[in-house]
Amino acid sequence: MKETKTYWKGIEQLENTPEFQQRASKEFPEYLPINDSENGEPSRRDFLKMMGFGVAAVSLAACEAPVRKAIPYVNKPVDVDPGIPNYYATTYAMGNDVSSVVVKTREGRPIKIEGNELSKLNQGGTSTQMESSVLSLYDQERLQNPKIGGEDTDWDTIDNRIKNELAANGGKISILSYSNCSPSTARAVQALNDKYGNVEHIQYDPVSFSGLLDAYESATGARMLPLHDFSAASTMVSFGADFLGSWPNKSLISKQFASTRKLEGGKKEMSRLYSFESNLSLTGSNADYRKPIKPSEQGQYIANLYNLLASKAGVNTIGIGKVQDPVLLEKAASDLWRTRGKSLVVSSSNDVNVQLIVIAINDLLGSYGSTIDLSKSVNTRKGSDASVAKLISDVKGGQVGTVIFYNCNPAYDHVMGQNLISSLGKVKTTISTSDRMDETASSVKYVTPDHHYLESWNDFEAVTGHYSLSQPTIQNIFNTRQVQDSFLRWSDVNTSYYDFIREGWSELSADDFESFWKKTLHDGSYDAETSAESLSVSVDATVVGSNIKSNGGGMELSIYSNYSVGDGVQANNPWLQEMPDPITKACWENYFTVSLAEAMEKGWIVKGGDMDYKVATLTVNGTSVTAPVIPQPGQAYGTVGLALGYGRTKAGKVADGVGVNAYQLISASSSGLSYNVSNVTFEVSEQVSKVAQTQTSQTYSGRETVVQEATLKEYQKDPQAGRYMPKISAASGEKLKPYAVSLWKGHEYNNHHWGMIVDLNSCTGCGTCTVACQTENNIPVVGKEEVLNRREMHWIRIDRYYSSRPENEYTDADRAMMKQKQPELPEIENPEVTFQPMMCQQCNSAPCETVCPVAATTHSTEGLNQMTYNRCIGTRYCANNCPYKVRRFNWFKYHDNEKFDKNLAMNNDLGKMVLNPDVTVRARGVMEKCTFCVQRIQAGKLEAKNEGRRPVDGEVQTACAKSCPSDALVFGDMKDPESKISKTLKLNYNEKMKSVEAKEDRAYHVLEELRVMPNIWYLTKIRNKDTNDKLEA
Amino acid sequence: MSDATISLAPEKELVHETGHAEAEVRIPLVTGGKTVHDVSADIAGRVEQKPTLTWMLAMAVSLGLLLIGGYAVAITLWDGIGMWGLNKTVGWAWDITNFVWWVGIGHAGTLISAVLLLFRQRWRMSINRASEAMTIFAVICAAMFPVLHMGRPWLGFYWALPLPNTFGSLWVNFNSPLLWDVFAISTYFSVSLVFWYIGLIPDFATIRDRATNKISKVIYGALSFGWTGGAKTWAHYETVSLVLAGLATPLVLSVHTIVSFDFATSVIPGWHTTIFPPYFVAGAIFSGFAMVLTLLLVTRKVYKLEDYITIQHIEMMNIVIIVTGSIVGIAYITEFFIAWYSGVEAEQYAFINRATGPYRWAYWSMMTCNVISPQLFWFKKIRTNLAATFIISIIVNIGMWFERFVIIVTSLHRDFLPSSWAMFYPTMYDIGVYVFTFGLFFTAFFLFAKFFPVINMAEVKSIIKATGEKKSAN
Repeated sequence: MKETKTYWKGIEQLENTPEFQQRASKEFPEYLPINDSENGEPSRRDFLKMMGFGVAAVSLAACEAPVRKAIPYVNKPVDVDPGIPNYYATTYAMGNDVSSVVVKTREGRPIKIEGNELSKLNQGGTSTQMESSVLSLYDQERLQNPKIGGEDTDWDTIDNRIKNELAANGGKISILSYSNCSPSTARAVQALNDKYGNVEHIQYDPVSFSGLLDAYESATGARMLPLHDFSAASTMVSFGADFLGSWPNKSLISKQFASTRKLEGGKKEMSRLYSFESNLSLTGSNADYRKPIKPSEQGQYIANLYNLLASKAGVNTIGIGKVQDPVLLEKAASDLWRTRGKSLVVSSSNDVNVQLIVIAINDLLGSYGSTIDLSKSVNTRKGSDASVAKLISDVKGGQVGTVIFYNCNPAYDHVMGQNLISSLGKVKTTISTSDRMDETASSVKYVTPDHHYLESWNDFEAVTGHYSLSQPTIQNIFNTRQVQDSFLRWSDVNTSYYDFIREGWSELSADDFESFWKKTLHDGSYDAETSAESLSVSVDATVVGSNIKSNGGGMELSIYSNYSVGDGVQANNPWLQEMPDPITKACWENYFTVSLAEAMEKGWIVKGGDMDYKVATLTVNGTSVTAPVIPQPGQAYGTVGLALGYGRTKAGKVADGVGVNAYQLISASSSGLSYNVSNVTFEVSEQVSKVAQTQTSQTYSGRETVVQEATLKEYQKDPQAGRYMPKISAASGEKLKPYAVSLWKGHEYNNHHWGMIVDLNSCTGCGTCTVACQTENNIPVVGKEEVLNRREMHWIRIDRYYSSRPENEYTDADRAMMKQKQPELPEIENPEVTFQPMMCQQCNSAPCETVCPVAATTHSTEGLNQMTYNRCIGTRYCANNCPYKVRRFNWFKYHDNEKFDKNLAMNNDLGKMVLNPDVTVRARGVMEKCTFCVQRIQAGKLEAKNEGRRPVDGEVQTACAKSCPSDALVFGDMKDPESKISKTLKLNYNEKMKSVEAKEDRAYHVLEELRVMPNIWYLTKIRNKDTNDKLEA
Repeated sequence: MSDATISLAPEKELVHETGHAEAEVRIPLVTGGKTVHDVSADIAGRVEQKPTLTWMLAMAVSLGLLLIGGYAVAITLWDGIGMWGLNKTVGWAWDITNFVWWVGIGHAGTLISAVLLLFRQRWRMSINRASEAMTIFAVICAAMFPVLHMGRPWLGFYWALPLPNTFGSLWVNFNSPLLWDVFAISTYFSVSLVFWYIGLIPDFATIRDRATNKISKVIYGALSFGWTGGAKTWAHYETVSLVLAGLATPLVLSVHTIVSFDFATSVIPGWHTTIFPPYFVAGAIFSGFAMVLTLLLVTRKVYKLEDYITIQHIEMMNIVIIVTGSIVGIAYITEFFIAWYSGVEAEQYAFINRATGPYRWAYWSMMTCNVISPQLFWFKKIRTNLAATFIISIIVNIGMWFERFVIIVTSLHRDFLPSSWAMFYPTMYDIGVYVFTFGLFFTAFFLFAKFFPVINMAEVKSIIKATGEKKSAN
């Protein structure tokens, strides 16, 4: 519609005077005092403006986020996809341990170590130290530059000075290292020798195998530790040798040992292990028969065993007195003899003579060629006690011009180390290649820090003919350089170590080197055809036997290396420090273990104490150490155990001052080192100290529903032996299985239903799963104080229970003894040990799920009990209501909190690189627990989905199951009838009750009577014992 | 008059047109021949006078406790509940012990005012005001703990409510007894508060009318909501009181029943017990009456209210204590019997552990305080003795605290898997937070005692004898 009329707002508009027009253009009709004030004073408006600006500026400044630089790739590398992990095969090498591994990297940073199934020497298992080693890569306390006299320098300067000094120095160039099994490293040392001449490479092992090596040298002519095959053994006898806990390749040994203990598919036979030892070791706790003996008695026991076998074999015996109580030894002898050809005897002794008798025994038993392979030498233990002693005398004699400490730390881990360090003044050039300013590196002139193994190229021949390669999985983080590169540089060999390795390897493959190299690099290992030298042993036991002396007497110290910190090379790793010892369940320090009976007798126990222990001082030849005393069931009377690996002084903030150094107590004599010392002074004071332990109740209080076990004899008769079958009474009076009735509808699983088997029989209790889980799931380390407060965060723990003969087998003497002593520990002298891995049982009727007020913990469609951290308000009701007590609460903020600075993985930018980006770092105040590695399940499902198929059994593995060196944990889909778990358990789905039933006779649920219906199945523990044995348990 | 004997027999009553009952022959509940004016002067006079030195000292002590405890609360909130002594095995200890203890104490007020109102027990009239106040403050103290004990109280205090939200289908879990607690406690608190306040209105009006300065007039005028005292108003008032009493009565039973569900519905041996609801309710009344006695004996002395809160009142309450204490004692014994009878190993162990384990001192303290000490009230001499009553009332509350501690801590510290067995040791922050609630409670109670009429004047006036005839007896 056309506008024809004029609408005016007022007379002024109608008149439309110039004044009106001028005013109309103004927004405000009145005069505004905008920016003037007649007398120059700030006006109200100025004040408001300034205020407004001020407030805005301040609040803007406060809102500004801290600038964090993340530089994206300009060109994306082909093999790096954000969010998708890459796996590289490499070789773990820390201290003198070497193992083939697979490294998981995310966005270019290694975050997880897993076993390498393609390697015959690894077969997929790991150990606590292997799992932890990835955190050592991100240790801020590693050296960041080469150092001259403690001052940072650059590589050119240090190279020039070292080269000049090497050329100018007279005398020998002595390289001291742990056992080296890298062929290319040996060649690099050779290159150094070619250039300067007079280079000697001396090797030692913190836990010496010198006696054993020397014994083989004397028996076979070759100084070697032959490869033992525990999987071929039916009867094993160990004299103090903790082959599961501290031998080289322990993850492989665990796998082999466990394979002889498995009773799957109706198998009715298993191996038997006898253990004669002083400390209760991991191996001893897995023994079917164990007898605590003093270390000084070991030689006599071994000689006696020889005599028993010799008389069966009809050969000459050794003239030595009989042991006091030969019953168990006789039983062992007859078992060994019966299974000869499948028998194995090992000893921890570092005495050549004792080891020679062991060789003679194994020879009698026909172990060579069956359980011991003389054609294969374990090259990771080559150290010689004598050559270290010689080095020291050479240094003192001024014959050495240069000492290179190649990645070793004798100042800490050799009893004569301090002796060596104090005489270094006579050496012109001292070089350490340590990755940190450790005890040794801080007393040398030049420090040329080595790469971490995850940054290195290297090769290894850990066992004769079994090669493996190491490749960098990350660019070196600091300004470090590989030792071998340093050697080459100093030798004026102008080739990189990488090319140098390839050069050496070209000999291994005649044709098509490139593809051979690529395949080996991909697989990580290469097993060469070995032309077995047919060595044979010859020992005249009767002659050697006469040299066996028992230097017993007084209190005897037995030094051991434990499964967590081990030899102490990785002591600055908080994951290892917080990992509880498999036996004592103590962490964050070492301590004396003494016989419980002795402790009771002599009043060494703190009455009514909770992790309170008396403090003792132990003195050996003027060296004293002071540590708490833990009364240890199973410890031989009159002995005291102490673990190596602690008491570091210059390792870093985690390890320094933790525990005491046991290396300084080792006795050194002309015949080598001895880890057993007699006649030590052991004074227990009234002072009390707390030792952090994750478990303090020692027995399962006869609760059959928890640990179900039987002897092999019983099992052979009745596969359900040892099973506890709870029944509940229905209203009708009928006795029913707990799962037969329910108020709940149950869950339906249409796709997957994840479950796990825990085989108590093959679990050795080592605890590798604990560390693997910690690595995978970003579990914080809480430190000693918080472990003392019982707040460790581990999602999977190994419950260790002691037990003994049933009560009706007690003698009157036993009862009398029990009366005087703690009723909880009926047979304290030498208990049986059970290990029970315990993690979230992923219950199908989970008690935690019903009680959460905010539904932060719920059930998934695949049977998982899942935690929604974001939703959790932290009432802890779920943890209270969990019958398995597996839930862990974030009592504090464990990340970015200086009170928890030992939690290296969460408290500095470098350490945080180890965190798994697929797993949330939990906030303060939320509950957490085992998730069945849901991130791995999702990843596995996604990969299968991308390929349009269902996940294959074994494709999805939890971190614990993957790491388990003894295959005690089997994870899988219970809905998949072809999966290992379904087949092993003979699963049967009851659709009506929506429950799963296992037809396997050994399978049980812990606390079945509660009807929480876990998805974790335990298989009964079977001990290879003869029933009604009147022998010592 | 005060030496008259007490008859526990139901009183024969006359109902007047005014609606309130009067016994034909009865022992006077208020002694000293008080007139209506005396009542106003005695009670409102306290409000009008200047604060006394005693009051100021008491207030200073309470504020001190509040301050010291406030530090512990602040650190707990700032650093996390790791400051407490809880651990992986014992997830609740002092926090929930204190919570249940305070909730229990909070039972007496409503029981006295609602249940006894319905049962027409007029002896409640002199004590209901103070006990209701105590209830409100105790419930506030109790409510501190569910919030403070959370890992993330800054979220938890509202995430535990079924609030509509933009998170999608995020909703609370109606299966969880903790959620039932949220409803039970908040309902109980609101009803108790309203009931208490409605009762206060006529008295506020009295103070307003007596007020001589302007500030009092304005404040009490506002507080009295324009009460006129007309017959219609009184009629409404009495109806509302009855309705609220009807509403509150089931709550007395429900609150502690639901609190007991926190334990009873769980699987933990020692918690998983069907006897809990009645046992908890009896225990709550037991501890509530003890707390009322503790407070009233002091108030009575300080405010010289001997004529209003007579020995008869105290004796009646002591009788309730014997009854509930005995119920609780029987419950303790029944638990043991059922543990044996059930044949459940873990259950049996839990109870043996209570009596003989490392926390046996707590168990036997509980037994002594709760089962043995109230039995002394069978002796009339003791139950009418003020000093004895005061001491036993405190002992009962110590015992009731131990009862909750025993149930919570000794059940948790050794449950199914021995590997996780652990001890609980309180830290100074556990103690500090408890002290904080004491500070809060007493600060609130002293403020109440000073500024609010501690006795329900309006109701008490209805039970004093006719003015004229008593004057002479005085």
